[in-house]
Amino acid sequence: MNTPISWIKAYVPDLDVDVQEFVDKMTLSGSHVEGYEKKDKNLEKIVVGQIKSIEKHPDADKLVVCQVDVGKETLQIVTGAKNVNTGDLVPVVLDGGKVAAAHGDDTEYPNGIQIKKGKLRGVESNGMMCGIEELGSSRDFYPEAPEDGIYIFLPESGVKPGDDAVKALGLDDTVVEYEITSNRVDCFSMIGMAREVAATFQKPFYPPVVTVKANDKDVNDFIKVRVEDTDLCTRYCARVVENIKIGPSPKWMQDRLKAMGIRSINNLVDITNYIMEEYGQPMHAYDLDTIAKHEIVVKRAADGDTFTTLDGQERKMDSGVLMICDGEKEVGIAGIMGGENSMITDDVKTVLFEAACFDGTNIRLASKRIGLQTDASFKFTKGLDPNTAYEAINRACQLVEEMGCGDVVGGVVDVYPEPVGQKVLPFEPERYNALLGTDIPKEDMLKYFERLELKYNEADNTLTIPTFRQDLGCMADLAEEVARFYGYDNIPVSLPKGEATVGKKPFNQRVDDVAREICERNGFSGGMTYSFESPKVFDRLLLPEDAKEREAIVISNPLGEDFSIMRTLSLNGMLTSLATNYNRRNKTARLYELGNIYLPKALPLTELPEEKMRLTLGMYGEGDFFTMKGVVEEILDKLGILGVECEPAGDIPYLHPGRQARIQKGKLNLGLIGQIHPEVGDNYGIKAEAYVAVLNMETLTMLASFDRKYEGIAKFPASTRDLSMVMDKGLFVGQIEHVIQKNAGKILESCELFDVYEGEQVGEGKKSVAFSLIFRAKDRNLESAEVDKAVEKVLSALKEMGIELRA
Amino acid sequence: MKEKLEAIKADALAKISSAKDLDSLNDIKVAILGKKGELTAVLKSMKDVAPEERPVVGQMVNEARAAIEEKLEEEKTKITRLLRTEKMKREIIDVTLPGRKNMRGHRHPNQIALEDLERVFIGMGYEVVDGPEVEYDRYNFELLNIPENHPAKDEQDTFYITKDILLRTQTSPVQARVMEKGKLPIRMISPGRVFRADEVDATHSPSFHQLEGLVIDKGITFADLKGTLEQFAKEFFGEKTKVKFRPHHFPFTEPSAEVDITCFKCGGKGCRMCKGSGWIEILGCGMVHPNVLDMCGIDSKEYQGFAFGIGLERVTLLKYEIDDMRLLYENDVRFLNQF
Repeated sequence: MNTPISWIKAYVPDLDVDVQEFVDKMTLSGSHVEGYEKKDKNLEKIVVGQIKSIEKHPDADKLVVCQVDVGKETLQIVTGAKNVNTGDLVPVVLDGGKVAAAHGDDTEYPNGIQIKKGKLRGVESNGMMCGIEELGSSRDFYPEAPEDGIYIFLPESGVKPGDDAVKALGLDDTVVEYEITSNRVDCFSMIGMAREVAATFQKPFYPPVVTVKANDKDVNDFIKVRVEDTDLCTRYCARVVENIKIGPSPKWMQDRLKAMGIRSINNLVDITNYIMEEYGQPMHAYDLDTIAKHEIVVKRAADGDTFTTLDGQERKMDSGVLMICDGEKEVGIAGIMGGENSMITDDVKTVLFEAACFDGTNIRLASKRIGLQTDASFKFTKGLDPNTAYEAINRACQLVEEMGCGDVVGGVVDVYPEPVGQKVLPFEPERYNALLGTDIPKEDMLKYFERLELKYNEADNTLTIPTFRQDLGCMADLAEEVARFYGYDNIPVSLPKGEATVGKKPFNQRVDDVAREICERNGFSGGMTYSFESPKVFDRLLLPEDAKEREAIVISNPLGEDFSIMRTLSLNGMLTSLATNYNRRNKTARLYELGNIYLPKALPLTELPEEKMRLTLGMYGEGDFFTMKGVVEEILDKLGILGVECEPAGDIPYLHPGRQARIQKGKLNLGLIGQIHPEVGDNYGIKAEAYVAVLNMETLTMLASFDRKYEGIAKFPASTRDLSMVMDKGLFVGQIEHVIQKNAGKILESCELFDVYEGEQVGEGKKSVAFSLIFRAKDRNLESAEVDKAVEKVLSALKEMGIELRA
Repeated sequence: MKEKLEAIKADALAKISSAKDLDSLNDIKVAILGKKGELTAVLKSMKDVAPEERPVVGQMVNEARAAIEEKLEEEKTKITRLLRTEKMKREIIDVTLPGRKNMRGHRHPNQIALEDLERVFIGMGYEVVDGPEVEYDRYNFELLNIPENHPAKDEQDTFYITKDILLRTQTSPVQARVMEKGKLPIRMISPGRVFRADEVDATHSPSFHQLEGLVIDKGITFADLKGTLEQFAKEFFGEKTKVKFRPHHFPFTEPSAEVDITCFKCGGKGCRMCKGSGWIEILGCGMVHPNVLDMCGIDSKEYQGFAFGIGLERVTLLKYEIDDMRLLYENDVRFLNQF
């Protein structure tokens, strides 16, 4: 919402603050000022001058030398303009003054252009006569200005030499732009804003006093109105004006519209535009002679109807769109735009004015479906007060009479089946203070309310709420009104009292924190990817047609296919990020992400899906499978999760078949790890070996424990035996380790792999594996024989598997 | 005998003094004090000494031995030190060579900002609570006083799965869930991912993060809200930060406010970051609307509360002066490594 300060002053004449104070105080009372534009910011020392004589320039054919009377003196000014004549009254910038723009130049001059006296081709020039563009405006708003040349004041403007030209042109104004919150429908109007201004600065407020004289005829003889769909049209007011005299509107009205960026068209159109700004109430004017049977019917369109709006566009309607019809046909889309078939032309004789209240939600949805948003539809979407319509249509007729643009017919057609009454709320000063933490006297509160036109009824201690304040409905709403005008600034500062509470994080977030810490310690940086992705992801990851992961939640109104399903596995985001790094030639990238996947219990969704937190690690460049495995092991170790193993897998489609494993604790799956399948790598454009691991954080959280007990440091010496053996290449080291753990007995302290070798010396299809076994007892020195016996048992178990010690 | 001892001693001390390394020192030790050494030989010949002279001679031998041993030790220390000094001279390194770095990972800037925020509020007694990202309309809108047909519910803004299930557009539904459980008083924050149907550009993302706070107890006031957020702003943005509350409108709070803080770059003088105003808008807040309390089963006549919400990405972008939101989702390691 924009308001020129000059227009506000029409209702709050005593307003006497500078722009900065105005802006600051309005913001603090709830009308957030987003910015303001001083129209005369770069206009300085510009007066009205009258050209007394024009002579040719002695040395330049295209220039003339003028003597210009600027009130106190007569200046010699050289100009190249062709359109000036002796006697013309023109804007003149004096020496040292400023204009906003240069003639014939689109460059923006944020600080304007300074004008200094000087010589033009040897002839002294003591100022400059200006065109409308140099004054920062355009012919749109000053149609009387020439297309190219100096602005010449119209004789009826009544200006004389020496007058302030900026003021005479109405450019001495500031337009303030507010961010109006959706609840304050009333503030989308000049009157509404003026009321706020008056309340904020504690000045009297003078809204227009509306009186219509009207003639002796009866509007009911001219028009009948029937509203069929009263759910979408709560009020419909109509008035008729006959003997229309189309002409220009008065300067004051043109100036106000101009300041709002609205071009003056003619008196009739200007009145409807003016009312829309002044009251926030859109109006429509029909040529009554085009209205068949002199009847208006308000009803929903039929599906598939087409309608040509007054901009000449044919548009498709549906049964959700409310139409204004006459006795035979549709003549306008309610609240959005009128029809070509009933529009006003210059030979209009009788006009039908409409001011109605249409359902805001329906207008919003309909205008979106039709694809047509207008100033009127924008106002209606806010949900207008039906009582404004009546006031507004009468104000329009008042203006018609004042401006002499027709004869208003007596009476108003007012279809208003369920009038909206004024709410009455109790006046509860103690509760307002208790909510705000203040001690504001109730007399002060009543003063604030009075300025907002809330009527206090002493008899029953209530407040009557005017209908334009539809946002006020409960105690808290009234407390906010008190707070706004008392000043949020003035409310004291305290801290919540009462029962002390303990600040904490849930356990799962502690587990997440450990995971982050270990990932980062190992060179993995935290990434963040989207929760939604493309269904094409499944093919990219080589998931078979019947894979469970393909059962994903679909967003009904996505931003496009690429964001249309909720991820059921976390790898796509990671691989996309790795690919980004790879394409940007980052040699090594290590990333991790903690984020949810979304698993539906059934599709389509009938209840919320399971959201599972996944820790996803991904890397390429430096490091291999075992780098990744080391990180996973470190996380599990730090979380106190023991006895976890990598079980070789071969069925995970997006991983290298020979380099993939499930991370298991017994039957419980904790996640997976592996090298990305080269074909998947190709699909993402990662040409390096990439490794990933995915950990199920819910399972980790369930198993995690930070409890530790001190066990004592071993007192007795250890005995170490190294076993080096040859076996089939296909056997997993993990299996051997199992056998060792199982057979070496309690005295085995640790069993560590220290060498794996494949090559000529061990023969084709074989590998040599060496373990270091450390034996120790907690309570005594171990006998050599005891250790030998344990090793013996291990060896015989290995022998059963066909594994021999290496010679 | 005495002369002989003196001679051995003098000879030994001289030899020790001229020894150049530890080996020759050891040789000297063996030659004099060893089993077959000169002094040992003297000791062995004690039997030839008259018994009455033996104590005297014995003492002389011990004195000689002590003197030699002391000299040996002294010389050994000296040589060791000398050798070490020489060795260290050979060991000079170029200390200006670069340090060896471990491959260290970096936390995502958004996560750092989140943890900083959490730390402040946990310190003030707030509990961190999680909630679902795919949410019922009831929690995301209805219980928060956003009725059917409210513009915020438009498909333009909200991603829908079904008519009743959607991607949460704010973290406030977590508050509704906690209130509905009815365990009072409440002092919580709920950080998390939220979704709005905004196309991706430098300042918008269809997925971003919020942190919302909620306090409900008897006698909580707007003044408490002001005090809490002022304390938060000082701890998070610095002791000198000033806070400004402007009236605003949110469906689930009344009265509502938007909060500006003095620009942390220029301190309020006005700069490019604050667009010359000296203030930066940082969060929205207000007193929990009585309708919301009542709908969630809390008696609004007995309990009052406040709520506030902070856009995490906004804080991150401001704090680190990141000019394009898309960087947060690209995960380029050259970006992440800067944090």
